[in-house]
Amino acid sequence: MKKYTNTGSKDTRSGFGAGMTELGQKNENVVALCADLIGSLKFDDFKKNHPERFFQIGIAEANMIGIAAGLTIGGKIPFTGTFASFSTGRVYDQIRQSVAYSDKNVKICASHAGLTLGEDGATHQILEDIGLMKMLPGMTVINTCDYNQTKAATIALADHHGPAYLRFGRPVVPNFMPADEPFVIGKAILLNEGTDVTIVATGHLVWEALVAAEALEAKGISAEVINIHTIKPLDEEAILKSLAKTKCIVTAEEHNILGGLGESVSRVLALHHPAPQEFVAVNDSFGESGTPEQLMEKYKLNNQAIVAAAEKVIKRK
Amino acid sequence: MKPNTQQLNDLTIQVRRDILRMVHAVNSGHPGGSLGCTEFLVALYQNLMERKEGFDMDGIGEDLFFLSNGHISPVFYSVLARSGYFPVAELATFRLINCRLQGHPTTHDGLPGIRMASGSLGQGLSVGIGAAQAKKLNNDKHLVYTLHGDGELQEGQNWEAIMYASAKKVDNLIATVDLNGKQIDGTTDEVLCMGSLKAKFEAFDWDVLEIKEGNNLEAIIAGMNDAKSRTGKGKPVCVLLHTEMGNGVDFMMHTHAWHGKAPNDAQLEQALSQNTSTLADY
Repeated sequence: MKKYTNTGSKDTRSGFGAGMTELGQKNENVVALCADLIGSLKFDDFKKNHPERFFQIGIAEANMIGIAAGLTIGGKIPFTGTFASFSTGRVYDQIRQSVAYSDKNVKICASHAGLTLGEDGATHQILEDIGLMKMLPGMTVINTCDYNQTKAATIALADHHGPAYLRFGRPVVPNFMPADEPFVIGKAILLNEGTDVTIVATGHLVWEALVAAEALEAKGISAEVINIHTIKPLDEEAILKSLAKTKCIVTAEEHNILGGLGESVSRVLALHHPAPQEFVAVNDSFGESGTPEQLMEKYKLNNQAIVAAAEKVIKRK
Repeated sequence: MKPNTQQLNDLTIQVRRDILRMVHAVNSGHPGGSLGCTEFLVALYQNLMERKEGFDMDGIGEDLFFLSNGHISPVFYSVLARSGYFPVAELATFRLINCRLQGHPTTHDGLPGIRMASGSLGQGLSVGIGAAQAKKLNNDKHLVYTLHGDGELQEGQNWEAIMYASAKKVDNLIATVDLNGKQIDGTTDEVLCMGSLKAKFEAFDWDVLEIKEGNNLEAIIAGMNDAKSRTGKGKPVCVLLHTEMGNGVDFMMHTHAWHGKAPNDAQLEQALSQNTSTLADY
């Protein structure tokens, strides 16, 4: 088993900020918009270095999405930044009509996604955003796993034409993807080869999947781990190739079981390769206040939950 | 060379005929607001805006127009076609399957002249502000025009945008409100009275002017030239355009009944008889 080591825990949102800093220097068409959350989104450097290309919108997310759509007319590449809840559900119709249906090159960048937002509670812990965004025709949906991958995804998005949703989070988590790993939108990354079960994970659950694979190995179970950073378009080929070997699959995500990665994978299985699947996801509920670790344990989104799901799905083969 | 008054009058009548025939043909669409804004859009595209030949999405080096109240697509399509953006004959495809002239305007099918989808109300001002800010970044001195229904101002996103535009000094923007006082369920005063829009825009620190005769081409051109002269002075400009819904067809005026209703055969004939063909019908 290839070892991925934590090179120093960092928050994924800081990866976004670092990506924006680099983009600011190398692409003069990149502009940033923020709805009163500069510090939370790590926009400080971009704002300082490129004040003319930074737009403080105030607490007005609908207006922010519309202004971003308008900025594309004239060749700008807008990156909007606020919490995931206010980036999606709050402004769904603005994204639907002014961005997606109008095919505008807007990058909707969303921090504080999922339960790991922590103490602020369910009003801010959106668990439905992947579903909302993946249902929009033409929308690319990306959920990154660590600092390095978030930085790489941010930079890659500037060269991708079309509307996109980039989802990341608040907590400090292991940073384990190589800094020089190329980020190819829609191309899954095989992290660990295995033969007994496929674990397809996205976002913060990717590290948990690696920890789970080690625990499974100690139990004599060989787990293949795939890092699915792009939920749409989904790398069906990578999933099916792995499934041909393992014949069963676990999906893991910090999202509602309805509408997330798991359901996208189920569709692939139903169409091409019916096989047992277990879901590590929030079971159709809202979140609540607590520390990220407490919440991930209570809602069964950690490595132990992945191990349990893997053992269960293998029995169903 | 700009068209003279007679040419603008002729075009206005022809656009009215286009609107009536388009909505009649598919027994759907929105003739009332379309007829009310006919003079405005004719003046805008034929006299006021600086436009390049052809169409590209970025629109650098020309004035831009965004229609926020997308349901008045019939007048928009007719004026675009008769301004050379696409063949006039294509007006016959309005609202038909596999057409570019969707019920509400869209960029989705590549219709030249359209830069954003609209239909879900209240989104156009934000988009116009973004386009205006892109022009500033590109050092492009041209203007951005937007048009909004008065009822549409009941959507909250407008007020986010109105607040932003003055705070950030978006002064290369002229937002026009079609003040016909009517919406689907009745008069705007009955449905949700908005009080003085002039006072509201001024309270949000916009430069506001009114065009009292919003169905008079000369009054529109004079008023909009006044609006243009007020741009570049640190404030966004709002034009309150007093119009008559259904203008030019006697039985469609002074009522909100024709907001989203098509005329039948006899009504079409009656309406067309009041607007004798000037240019060729499509």
